[in-house]
Amino acid sequence: MSSISIDKEKCKGCGLCVKACPKKVIEISADESNKSGYFVADPVRMQDCIGCTFCALMCPDVCITVEK
Amino acid sequence: MAVVFEKTKMLTDVNFHYCPGCTHGIAHRLIAEALEELGCEGKAIGIAPVGCAVFAYKYFNCDMQQVAHGRAPAAATGVKRVCPDKVVFVYQGDGDLASIGTAEIIHAAARGENITVIFINNAIYGMTGGQMAPTTLIGQKTTTSPHGRDASVSGNPIKVCELLSTLDGPSYIARCALSDPANVMKAKKAITKGLKNQIEGKGFSLIELLSTCPTNMGITPIAALDYVKNEMTKIFPLGVYKDIDAAQK
Ligand SMILES: Cc1ncc(C[n+]2csc(CCOP(=O)(O)OP(=O)(O)O)c2C)c(N)n1
Ligand code: SF4
Ligand code: SF4
Ligand code: SF4
Repeated sequence: MSSISIDKEKCKGCGLCVKACPKKVIEISADESNKSGYFVADPVRMQDCIGCTFCALMCPDVCITVEK
Repeated sequence: MAVVFEKTKMLTDVNFHYCPGCTHGIAHRLIAEALEELGCEGKAIGIAPVGCAVFAYKYFNCDMQQVAHGRAPAAATGVKRVCPDKVVFVYQGDGDLASIGTAEIIHAAARGENITVIFINNAIYGMTGGQMAPTTLIGQKTTTSPHGRDASVSGNPIKVCELLSTLDGPSYIARCALSDPANVMKAKKAITKGLKNQIEGKGFSLIELLSTCPTNMGITPIAALDYVKNEMTKIFPLGVYKDIDAAQK
């Protein structure tokens, strides 16, 4: 079992993590936004996460932590 | 479960001011991680440019100096010569390094100054609103080339790695792309190599990172990564352009 956590207040909803994830774990939320007004990344299929860190490697705002 | 990825201590907790999806953030993280892994805490000094990375001094957990447009290699020369035991890195965009700062970078490289330059090539002037850069591709639309860059009017893109690798001074010159996880990992290795060369006293190194400016390219962050991978790498091929270690083998 692996998982990620996203610092949603830092997230800018850019979607680079969504593109990088080979397991389609992450989506950009259609309704949850942060204080800066960005719709944030949401790991909707966390059970599929393999802990590869690709999402974190591409996140320009360094808001993802990965556990494996 | 163990933590396999977390934010490096060499970055502060200040949120980046960059636009969503801008790869300046990835470049910052890679430099900071490489500095941490090389044990440069308390030993690194960064030189921030004019350009979107002008506030880089707020983001790195080390001493930083922000300098006049294009002059970062000259400032770094002074810092490194006065503090030879510090690890001095320079961070410059393509407008900063390849346009107004052409003289400084060429002569720092020619002198083989013992500094590490990270060159962000996003093929455009980001901070000032998307004007044509020396690295803008032929046909690329910018605010000052609204019909696409025309070589007969503006010349061809300047290939910085190719140009500098003709000099005797540099120890390591490489071009990487921040387009996908595999290339980001390669970029980290190249940055680490450049910093290690400095620590070992081997002299000047420059790592060019093909980057995005989704805001001024007028495309989504994901489309901008595809542009780097599919279009920019055709004009700016990835690879190692100079490596004195490889040459000695
Ligand atoms: C002496 C001087 N000339 C011009 C400018 C205006 N200026 C600010 S940033 C910039 C170019 C930035 O482009 P680049 O170096 O590619 O960095 P980016 O913003 O794309 O990261 C220019 C021309 C300035 N600040 N100082
Ligand atoms: S660690 Fe890998 S599998 Fe897990 S969310 Fe990130 S990219 Fe997807
Ligand atoms: S890459 Fe980072 S900033 Fe972009 S959507 Fe994912 S978590 Fe948010
Ligand atoms: S203007 Fe371009 S280079 Fe500057 S922060 Fe925005 S996306 Fe990045």
